[in-house]
Amino acid sequence: MSTENKINVSSQEKTGAEILVESLRKENVEIMFGIPGGAVLPIFDKLYDCKDIRFILTRHEQAAAHMADGYARATGKVGVCIATSGPGATNLTTGIATAYMDSIPIVAFTGQVATHLIGNDAFQEADTTGITRPITKHNFLVKNVTELSTVIQQAFYIASTGRPGPVLIDLPVDVQRAKTNFVWHKNVDLPSYKPTYKGHPLQIKKLVDAINSAKQPILYVGGGVITSNACDVLKELAEKVHIPVTTTLMAIGSFPPEHELNLGMLGMHGTVYANLAMQNADLIIAVGARFDDRCTGKLAAFAPKAKHIAHIDIDPTSISKNVVADIPVVGDCKLVLQDILKLVQPKKHTDWIKQINKWKQENPLTYKKDNKLRPQYIIEEINNLTKGNAIVVTEVGQHQMWAAQYYKPKGPRKFLSSGGLGTMGFGFPAAIGAKLGKPEETVIVIAGDGSFQMNIQELATAVVNRINVIVCIINNGYLGMVRQWQELFYNKRYSQSYLCSKKFGKLHCEPVPDFVEVAKGYKAEGYRVTKKEDVVPTLKKAFRVKDKPVVIDFWIEEEENVFPMVPAGAALDEIITSLA
Amino acid sequence: MTEIKRHIISALVYNKPGVLARISTLFAARGYNIDSLAVGETENPEVSRMTIVVRGDEKILEQVEKQLNKLIDVIKVYEFSKVDHIERDLVLIKINANNKNRAEIIEIAEIFRAKIVDVSHQTLVLEITGDEDKLTAFINLVKPYGIKELIRTGVIAISRGG
Ligand SMILES: Cc1ncc(C[n+]2csc(CCOP(=O)(O)OP(=O)(O)O)c2C)c(N)n1
Ligand SMILES: [Mg+2]
Repeated sequence: MSTENKINVSSQEKTGAEILVESLRKENVEIMFGIPGGAVLPIFDKLYDCKDIRFILTRHEQAAAHMADGYARATGKVGVCIATSGPGATNLTTGIATAYMDSIPIVAFTGQVATHLIGNDAFQEADTTGITRPITKHNFLVKNVTELSTVIQQAFYIASTGRPGPVLIDLPVDVQRAKTNFVWHKNVDLPSYKPTYKGHPLQIKKLVDAINSAKQPILYVGGGVITSNACDVLKELAEKVHIPVTTTLMAIGSFPPEHELNLGMLGMHGTVYANLAMQNADLIIAVGARFDDRCTGKLAAFAPKAKHIAHIDIDPTSISKNVVADIPVVGDCKLVLQDILKLVQPKKHTDWIKQINKWKQENPLTYKKDNKLRPQYIIEEINNLTKGNAIVVTEVGQHQMWAAQYYKPKGPRKFLSSGGLGTMGFGFPAAIGAKLGKPEETVIVIAGDGSFQMNIQELATAVVNRINVIVCIINNGYLGMVRQWQELFYNKRYSQSYLCSKKFGKLHCEPVPDFVEVAKGYKAEGYRVTKKEDVVPTLKKAFRVKDKPVVIDFWIEEEENVFPMVPAGAALDEIITSLA
Repeated sequence: MTEIKRHIISALVYNKPGVLARISTLFAARGYNIDSLAVGETENPEVSRMTIVVRGDEKILEQVEKQLNKLIDVIKVYEFSKVDHIERDLVLIKINANNKNRAEIIEIAEIFRAKIVDVSHQTLVLEITGDEDKLTAFINLVKPYGIKELIRTGVIAISRGG
């Protein structure tokens, strides 16, 4: 960085730990998550006096990373977490990898053994930058305190610009104690890191021509639309040229749920009509999506009728990685969509939309509406009661897919889920992070009985800090998604997917643990629902609680399946809609 | 699928610890095969050049280039097959040689301008530089005598002209 760019904030020398805290202030960090330990004690000593940055002490470092992630997903700001060296750092990794796969901006700090001990297998030493290299956008090992403030500034910049992602800073304990002048820069200048924001005019022209001549176009929209705040432009464009929109799991909420042009989610558990529309489209416009295998199905049979596949993405490596795009546009989704919007002719695709509406009528999303307690009903009622205004955070499994199908968020950043990595244990801590970032919103976790137990200890964090999230356990007594695959593809051989202590053929004969008692043990609220008619009253009761977490244990039909389903490796239009 | 070809990729990178690891991690994680990798400082001590030879079709090549460019410490990436360039690789080769065939081997070495760097009763060590074709031709010619050991530096390349 050039010298003119430097603002020498203080001439007084500061320690590395002081510089870290000062840098966080400069980055407007209001909250951070983590657990102390030997290699970060100098930092925690400084945090002790720091009243303007709220610290949330978690019960597991993985949860700290997920909380930072959930905070970032809900607010669009950078989430911050910290852990000690060795086991603290390795515990963070699942959370970092989760954020990496979903392009979420977080900055993680880890303590490291003193610089002279690095490489000696010192107590609690782990090669943290080595371990996290493939799961971070970038990472730093700071060996000299004079680099520290610059590295922190670069880390926040890298995490939050271009295609966002996690950045890790590994800080040896002696660097935290060493002293130097505090230096801050007006702006970050990294000559080797210059994301492309503006789309190339020639490529945009090609795409506009393709849109003007398409008869059956579709917008296939991913999380990049939410990252770049492009939802309003997306709606304008879809309406102006009358193009239906299907979203990935990551983009749920980016397009109004009740809109005529909304096809819902595509892919493995997507709607039949979204998948049929993809397979019959003559123009696919991918926006901030990455043609993940859960979305495309069998690649060789993907989109056989597409004359053009256009792909708008800020990350050039996403383009033509899985599906070759003949109209690639590298750039920020919002800026590119704005350019396109200006150039396209208004259009009506009456026949195409008529065809899609027919598919919608023939294959609606549905489930058995009897008097049993079914998971889809619970989520529909959550949707009705909150009118889609709550932030819903999911764990991973069948309940996640039901939530994706039946919760209709009104707006972006209201449906948070681990899409890329599919991390069980993500939902509850991420919800705590989201609630802390958006305290005025209702935050609901749709959890599985398996997943919730992967970070259930954070009930303590929520209770102690008076954080109100409502955890709805869709309790089927199973690792349900695993059981579903075993039922469909492994001859009903339920190998290690049953979670209860013994099965006597009775429903929920001995669920372990008793989640209501666990909640109470943590001094949270705990309710159980076993009957359909109790769903709404119990939810209403839960919504009245304001200052602590609520756990509702819904005992649902054990062997309910998620449909529709495109089996792994099948084409998008080879859809199972129910058990024969 | 397009045909599998050999590609020489050159990356200018910051001369920082961890950069080599970052690049080899990238190749390993994405399943790209590296034929050779040569690293050294450039005219600017803060910058190193890595010359990487990979095999793959156009699609893989495109991904490799993009993935390298995405790394924060990578300044610039070139692919040499698109430009007029000179490539060199250095080979040290230890060949079985006795009184009967030593002269013959030396003759081959001279034709290829290989240097004799060590002689013993049973072996000869030759040093040869050149491009892929020349080295392959030479190695094939001396193979019948028995190659005891062969070491290469890996390809480096530079563009012609300004
Ligand atoms: C950390 C982790 N381990 C294992 C898996 C594999 N897995 C995917 S879904 C699932 C079952 C989830 O069970 P539960 O949370 O009860 O949800 P359900 O499917 O029953 O709704 C498992 C084990 C995973 N996604 N993440
Ligand atoms: Mg379950």
